[in-house]
Amino acid sequence: MDLQFLTYLIAGASFALYIGIALWSKASSTNEFYIAGGGVHPVANGMATAADWMSAASFISMAGIISFMGRDGAVYLMGWTGGYVLLALLLAPYLRKFGKYTVPDFIGERYYSKIARFVAVLCLIFVSFTYIAGQMRGVGIVFSRFLEVDINTGVIVGMVIVFIYAVLGGMKGITYTQVAQYCVLIFAYMVPAIFISILITGNPVPQLGFGSKILNEDIYLLDKLNLVLNDLGFNDYTESIRSKIDVFCITAALMAGTAGLPHVIVRFFTVPRVRDARTSAGWALMFIAILYTTAPAVSSFSRLNFIDTIHNSEYQTTPQWFKNWENIGLISWSDKNNDGIIQYGPGKALENTKPIFSNQRGESGERVVLNKPSDNNNEIYIDRDIMVLANPEIAALPNWVIALVAAGALAAALSTAAGLLLVISSAISHDLMKKIFRPSINDKQELFYARLSAAIAIAIAGIFGIYPPAFVAQVVAFAFGLAASSIFPVLIMGIFSKRINSVGAISGMVSGLIFTLSYIVFFKFISPELNSPDHWILGISPEGIGVVGMLINFFFAIIISSITKPPPEEIRTLVNKIRQPS
Amino acid sequence: MKIKLSYWSANILIVIFLLSIWFLSSFGAGILFTEYLDKFQIGGFKVGFWFSQQGSIITFVLIIVLYCFLMNRLDKIYNSEGE
Repeated sequence: MDLQFLTYLIAGASFALYIGIALWSKASSTNEFYIAGGGVHPVANGMATAADWMSAASFISMAGIISFMGRDGAVYLMGWTGGYVLLALLLAPYLRKFGKYTVPDFIGERYYSKIARFVAVLCLIFVSFTYIAGQMRGVGIVFSRFLEVDINTGVIVGMVIVFIYAVLGGMKGITYTQVAQYCVLIFAYMVPAIFISILITGNPVPQLGFGSKILNEDIYLLDKLNLVLNDLGFNDYTESIRSKIDVFCITAALMAGTAGLPHVIVRFFTVPRVRDARTSAGWALMFIAILYTTAPAVSSFSRLNFIDTIHNSEYQTTPQWFKNWENIGLISWSDKNNDGIIQYGPGKALENTKPIFSNQRGESGERVVLNKPSDNNNEIYIDRDIMVLANPEIAALPNWVIALVAAGALAAALSTAAGLLLVISSAISHDLMKKIFRPSINDKQELFYARLSAAIAIAIAGIFGIYPPAFVAQVVAFAFGLAASSIFPVLIMGIFSKRINSVGAISGMVSGLIFTLSYIVFFKFISPELNSPDHWILGISPEGIGVVGMLINFFFAIIISSITKPPPEEIRTLVNKIRQPS
Repeated sequence: MKIKLSYWSANILIVIFLLSIWFLSSFGAGILFTEYLDKFQIGGFKVGFWFSQQGSIITFVLIIVLYCFLMNRLDKIYNSEGE
């Protein structure tokens, strides 16, 4: 059967499954819409959290990014998992004990202030929307490559599916579709990884294949990769290039950001008891770790495979996948020395990073790019996002595996999009409408507002997907820095201190957010030409600056709280209460 | 009231203990002394590299498992004393 048909079949079947689950688990009250009635089993919640958390970025982009970053890619591996330790030990059990619906709920009540709640809602909406735009782009890429439909059609199909189960089912619908999506995505990630691990090292466990010898050769995979890369003029794969302080800060910012992401935190409101929140965090990280320990293996396999297949091979005899990705513009080849053979090496192949294609074909049949070629020997431009998607094709795996990867990538993007939409809609209907602007609405009206705001949020997310603002890709990584510098510290202080008051918390959030945001905006948008280690404060990149923002947040919250009135007695009682599990 | 205070202190001790392991395995072994650990090799992995790309993640999972175990035990002790 041909690939396109298989992809329609497998992706279609998975969509039917998600919608079926949504119809079966329709939410009928705000309690069910916001937190699935609070009765989700910890293992199911662990799976749902894993799917919620692992986005298009984890599934599609991460292994590819690590593939080209080598050792420094560890910042993502450690950063995006280490946050769960913070979440499990410092936040989840206490927030579950607090037992309300949203993250701004906690901030609003603990800091007895509508302004604090409002600022928290703003931070939440900002973080969630930057994140969701990335998911829609992921959906678009998969659709355009594997189903050969227009990216816009792909985005609209994705929107309709998410609309059906998020608007109808609320948290209840999302939870059980996420359980299904986790199963689809982990299966889709592992099958090609296992295949490729066997092909390259003979070891069926990719995590171990990563440290094994190459099949029929007496050399370890990683040593071979270092050799091959050295030959081409690259640094060692296992060697770090970035400065230690930067690696340290990026990792810490991603960790604190992960622990402060509202759509992840809110998942722990759905389990019955405090101890379930702890157990559930353990399950979630275990489910995530299956993918996250496989990803670095996939990165090294695919880098080696890619060089083996492409470097020094004639363009006309390259496999079909190379031309397919070239056709949708994510690979380009400019024959600098006119020998019809592809040469790969360090440095950018083209002057402006992204290729601009003309309608013409070159001598070998390649798409001609209009960019000026750069003066190094590298002839290949490759978008890092395609490594995971192209990997099964590079390794010449059967078509059903490729179709499966497409379905997995869609599951990863849709599950995260749905989780984000839900926290956006509940922040609007619950925190803004019910708690701030229109306290008189009843449960039914609030549920209506929840559905309405979910629908509007989906429409906005879809527009981001169809007309991706140029800044989206750059900003997604910063959602973490913003969450780390705004939401995370006030949650921690709200639980572990009784002295922090509303003025302190608000000034902490605002100062942390403004500092981080201005640093990022300055280096990414105002003066991108200055964006290099020489100009960064203390050598910390915009990706890692969230840590400094977080410290500023802590600093101001503590100083200002200590010179103003302590919180009222009932807040001390509230904090005492959330510290007790029963 | 005294029991409640000690429950919270025990909780804090557990958290500090586990967070130190968390810090040592990721920021320690994975970043700060990773070059030193690279001198040792297990299979095809340099130890520092392994910690930064896989070992720290496995440690994180174990930390949370241990946390659940310790906290459930603490809850049990606390509940029986409370009765």
